[in-house]
Amino acid sequence: MRVLAAMSGGVDSAVAAARAVDAGHRVTGVHLALSRTPAAMRSGSRGCCSREDADDARRVADLLDIPFYVWDVSERFQSDVVDDFVAEYAAGRTPNPCIRCNERIKFAAVLDRALALGFDAVVTGHYARRLDTTAGPELHRAVDSAKDQSYVLAVLRPEQLAHAMFPLGGTPKSEVRAEATQRGLAVAAKPDSHDICFVADGDTRGFLRRALGDRPGRFVDESGATVGTHDGSYGFTVGQRRGLRLGTPAAGGEARYVLDIEPVSRTVTVGRRESLATRVVDADAPVWCTAEPPPTFPAHVQLRAHGEPLPASVAVDGQRLTARLERPAYGVAAGQTLVVYERTRVVGSATVVVPAGRAAATVPPSSR
Amino acid sequence: MPATAHYLDHAATTPMLPEAVAAVTAALAETGNPSSLHASGRRARRQVEESREQTAACLGARPAEVVLTSGGTEADNLAVKGLYWSRQGSDPRRRRILVSAVEHHAVLDPAAWLQAHDGAQVELLPVDSDGRLRVDALADAIARDPHDVALVSCMWANNEVGALQPVADVVALAHEHGIPVHSDAVQAVNTVPVDFGASGLDAMTVTGHKIGGPVGSGALLVRRELPLVPLLHGGGQERDLRSGTLDVASVRGLAVAIACAGEHRAALSEHLRSLRDDMEARVVDSVADVRVNARLDRLPGTSHLTFAGCDGDALLMLLDARGVECSTGSACSAGVPQPSHVLLAMGRDERAAAGSLRVSLGRTSTAADTDAFVAAIVPAVERARAAGLAAARP
Ligand SMILES: Cc1ncc(COP(=O)(O)O)c(C=O)c1O
Repeated sequence: MRVLAAMSGGVDSAVAAARAVDAGHRVTGVHLALSRTPAAMRSGSRGCCSREDADDARRVADLLDIPFYVWDVSERFQSDVVDDFVAEYAAGRTPNPCIRCNERIKFAAVLDRALALGFDAVVTGHYARRLDTTAGPELHRAVDSAKDQSYVLAVLRPEQLAHAMFPLGGTPKSEVRAEATQRGLAVAAKPDSHDICFVADGDTRGFLRRALGDRPGRFVDESGATVGTHDGSYGFTVGQRRGLRLGTPAAGGEARYVLDIEPVSRTVTVGRRESLATRVVDADAPVWCTAEPPPTFPAHVQLRAHGEPLPASVAVDGQRLTARLERPAYGVAAGQTLVVYERTRVVGSATVVVPAGRAAATVPPSSR
Repeated sequence: MPATAHYLDHAATTPMLPEAVAAVTAALAETGNPSSLHASGRRARRQVEESREQTAACLGARPAEVVLTSGGTEADNLAVKGLYWSRQGSDPRRRRILVSAVEHHAVLDPAAWLQAHDGAQVELLPVDSDGRLRVDALADAIARDPHDVALVSCMWANNEVGALQPVADVVALAHEHGIPVHSDAVQAVNTVPVDFGASGLDAMTVTGHKIGGPVGSGALLVRRELPLVPLLHGGGQERDLRSGTLDVASVRGLAVAIACAGEHRAALSEHLRSLRDDMEARVVDSVADVRVNARLDRLPGTSHLTFAGCDGDALLMLLDARGVECSTGSACSAGVPQPSHVLLAMGRDERAAAGSLRVSLGRTSTAADTDAFVAAIVPAVERARAAGLAAARP
């Protein structure tokens, strides 16, 4: 096959590309430039889009003797990932930009372009497995559960999954690093990237403040009484405990958590941990990786990239998905992606609207 | 990858002449620093000076006017910064640097640097839709205040679209007011008669690797009386304008290449022009919505084409996959393609600028190469147009 390997300059995508070459595919490497004016050097463990990263990717491609290009996806990345991230926070929701990037950039804009240019598939260094069955390709968790990235790929539709290749899903990370060393890839010792790649200094709150400015508002407790002020509700996520800097201590002196964010009145509700407990999670716009599931079925749902899979009963009614959890989840926030698993298989995903049974009917519904 | 590539990127660099390879190799085997006084040094010095004389003779210059450099970039930097510092030093009013908007970055960037760090005021002079400097705009710019112009720089031929520039008019205008003129002739020397003395220029850049010499060889021709502030200080080897032990092998390679260029110029120009015109005619016939840029007056080996609705990058990739090697001709930053400043200056929009391709022919080009291009470009444009549509989908 003619495949296009997305090469970030990191060790995972390098080994993935190398394995695609070994598998006999005709591989072309592409580095996605997410900014038109990339920084010259990477800083710390953040980012994947500095000039140094592009050069690292090019070095690997040269070693593998494959053609290599830089594709400028900066405009799409800005509008579909960065602006979306800011808008979601401004609306009181908690988005996952990596999911958005996979959904809109890597397996949409890039995949579409690749197919139009005559490629058959896009290869990435994600830790996840694609297993082909008679029902079509399935997405499964990686064998290395600590590195598993199936969560951020759960937005892929069957037609996208059919053109995706994840050569690392069956290998533990430590072996991937060892393999990079053994192949003589200069990136073998490069640190993993963490955090949000476009927030260069890792300070998400500062990033949002620069984008949105001061939007002062009140903290209220569950009775509605004002217990403090803040300068922007976008600086908080549901379930957050640290960094609230409330003026008035709670009556009983116990820790308080963000329970709800109401962006229009800029009111952040805080309260006890018990109040965060959610047993029913509503989500909308479900996407199914393989076939559409039955109207109700038992499954596990996961609400964060490295969250725990929670046993649940899932009901689907058109564009609405409801998960009834066996044990409560804490700190479920609108905008999060709910991923449904059946053992290791990803059934699909949907965007959390607002956890039923908690207050806050005021959050506008997600537009996704 | 097909075994034999069709190399159509001679404006980026062109294969070394066998004569130049022989001269360089022979020189590499010799020992001797041209600045040393002993016999080995003298032998090396003689090689350098004979090369300098040969270079000068072929370019219409005097040997003392040849300042050997590490290539075109260094020569352009020396010209722009050296002239600015010297002119500004003798009269602090002289802060304006007038350059055509289509100069190579080796001219534009030193000028921009002087503006950012050293009080210069850079004016980019407009070009017409064929990429030729608008002489009227230069006249206006000088007339605004002839006394505060430090220098004018206008290339002989543009490296992206191949447009030949009205160097004689520029020199005439600037010299009316005693303003020195530099011209980057890097792309011209191979196929256009270039005579430094007759041109009236004050400084002119040449480089070896665009004419069959080695990469890393070049020269700035500088009129003898023209004061210039050096960039590199040290042993003062080149008239105190440039320091660094002379690289005898490079200097030999440059001289041989320039001499060969002079000897074969007319025949090569004819050969390239007919190959190019034939190729262009076939492309225009077989691809819809293609525009030939800078058609008016350009280098014989350059064909710069804009394919509507295409991404030049995608074209490059598809052609490369078929062993056809060309370029968009424009610079990139960190590999991120930037819209060409040359096409933007010619009045094209960003889309058109992004959908352009430079095919540049050279000494080793054959009809098989241009045939391969014509055969590959038709399906490539079709594909790239489809991909452009895919990318535009929300
Ligand atoms: C017009 C022009 N000027 C200057 C240069 C730079 O010359 P060199 O590569 O010798 O530094 C080039 C080559 O890219 C060029 O085309």
